[in-house]
Amino acid sequence: MAAAELLSDEGYRLDGRRPSELRKVRARMGVFEQADGSAYIEQGNTKALAVVYGPHELRGSRSRALPDRALVHCQYSLAAFSTSERRRRPPHGDRQTAELALHLRQTFEAAILTQLYPRSQIDIYVQILQADGGNYCAGVNAATLALMDAGIPMKDFVCASSAGLAADTALADLSWPEEAAGGPQLALALLPASGQIALLQLSARLHQQRLELALEAALAACRSLHAVLDAVVRERLRQASQALGD
Amino acid sequence: EVWQIRLDLHLLNHDGNIVDAASIAGIVALCHFRRPDVSVQGEEVTVYTPEERDPVPLSIHHMPICVSFAFFQQGTYLLVDPSEREERVMDGVLVIAMNKHQEICTIQSSGGIMLVKDQVLRCSKITGVKVAEMTELIQKALENDQKARKEGGKFGFAESIPNQKITAFKMESAAVDTNNLEEQAEEIITKAEPPAEVFTNPILHTPGTAQIGEGIENSWGELEESEREEVVEEEDESEAAGFEDQKMETEETKSTMEKSKDEPIVLSDSEEEEVVILEPQEPPKRTR
Repeated sequence: MAAAELLSDEGYRLDGRRPSELRKVRARMGVFEQADGSAYIEQGNTKALAVVYGPHELRGSRSRALPDRALVHCQYSLAAFSTSERRRRPPHGDRQTAELALHLRQTFEAAILTQLYPRSQIDIYVQILQADGGNYCAGVNAATLALMDAGIPMKDFVCASSAGLAADTALADLSWPEEAAGGPQLALALLPASGQIALLQLSARLHQQRLELALEAALAACRSLHAVLDAVVRERLRQASQALGD
Repeated sequence: EVWQIRLDLHLLNHDGNIVDAASIAGIVALCHFRRPDVSVQGEEVTVYTPEERDPVPLSIHHMPICVSFAFFQQGTYLLVDPSEREERVMDGVLVIAMNKHQEICTIQSSGGIMLVKDQVLRCSKITGVKVAEMTELIQKALENDQKARKEGGKFGFAESIPNQKITAFKMESAAVDTNNLEEQAEEIITKAEPPAEVFTNPILHTPGTAQIGEGIENSWGELEESEREEVVEEEDESEAAGFEDQKMETEETKSTMEKSKDEPIVLSDSEEEEVVILEPQEPPKRTR
């Protein structure tokens, strides 16, 4: 397809990266004072913000409360100014964002130790401020950091990354021009310690024999991302303990 | 100018795994579809009717078919093509869509299940096998349908449903509780209202006639109208069903019966007794 454009002869991608190289990650936790937990992450030009409220008592219908575990409520929205042209579709309510919010909820319901907070609710709000490829994955990473900032116990980090294919080379962490080229794209969310895949989504055609290649690239990208996120959390912890005067 | 095609999927009965069934239905419908033939000469576009030129199939590059896997007990058990009962208790589902060239068209995992890379690869191999079988089945079905249309045989949804004939009408005998019947009857009688007052004074109009009570309003006028309406309705229905013949026959038999009350009624030889079943109209033969 557009494989020749995605990877030059010397093996450089459109933005000068190597095939298995991730974009620069900058993350910060605790950006808002009011929310229980918040985080901001930049992966290249993609900017995502996540805010967590909870665990708190159920608002509205108390009947929806689960007797043995917490309810996870997620909202995923793309800001109107996030794309090159102003979005005219509603931020919530359209099918794609509703589906992504559902995937978010399912992923984090499996990762959070919900049994510790029966009859309560945890809210996760993810907002994409700039969409330059890998929007959903950046959202997942931001949500992980926000949950850690809120102090909600989880089984493990949830690290997400996208991957694609150019001819026979796997590309990790796709940017928007690479996504728009129309080749196969894989989005994967991983719990690094156990190696369990919490979410797997593949679009466009990919030959079965190349599936393993793409999966491996995505898994490797998630593991590298885990190292970065881990460092961010430790730094935050160091700052917090300093502020407390330890 | 372009063609626009619209695919409507209706789920008639949900017994699990709607995704797979819907994907097969969708792709087969698109392969089965024929659009009118078109010829373009410069700026002029002529669309031919199905009678002028045979309709043309769509150009389908490949047939993606979904296969669903249900996971149980944190990935210990895996079931292909879950039924409705299995779906209710599963942890989550993994859907893989593939075509017969072993190209994966989409993978979606949902339900918050935790997968391992090997499980995903194993599932994709199973999908390859299933899709190959399914594609063969679909090709055969499409060929059969095309043959049936060419040879002028019966085709279509109505024909594919087997005829179910009722050969006997049987009713189970229902048991009636006859215990304490007398007591029940007594109860009903005592609970019922006592009869209205009896008019003891008959009014004598003329010798031989007497009037007891006032009587209620004559409702025979209404009855006649409703009967007429019923008859009109029946006639409308019967035109479509072809019952008119039968109705006329029964009326005639009634009239013959009335006339010949003295004679023994012989019904079996009467011509009017013959019941004629009208065949549904044959659909016009279409050559493909």
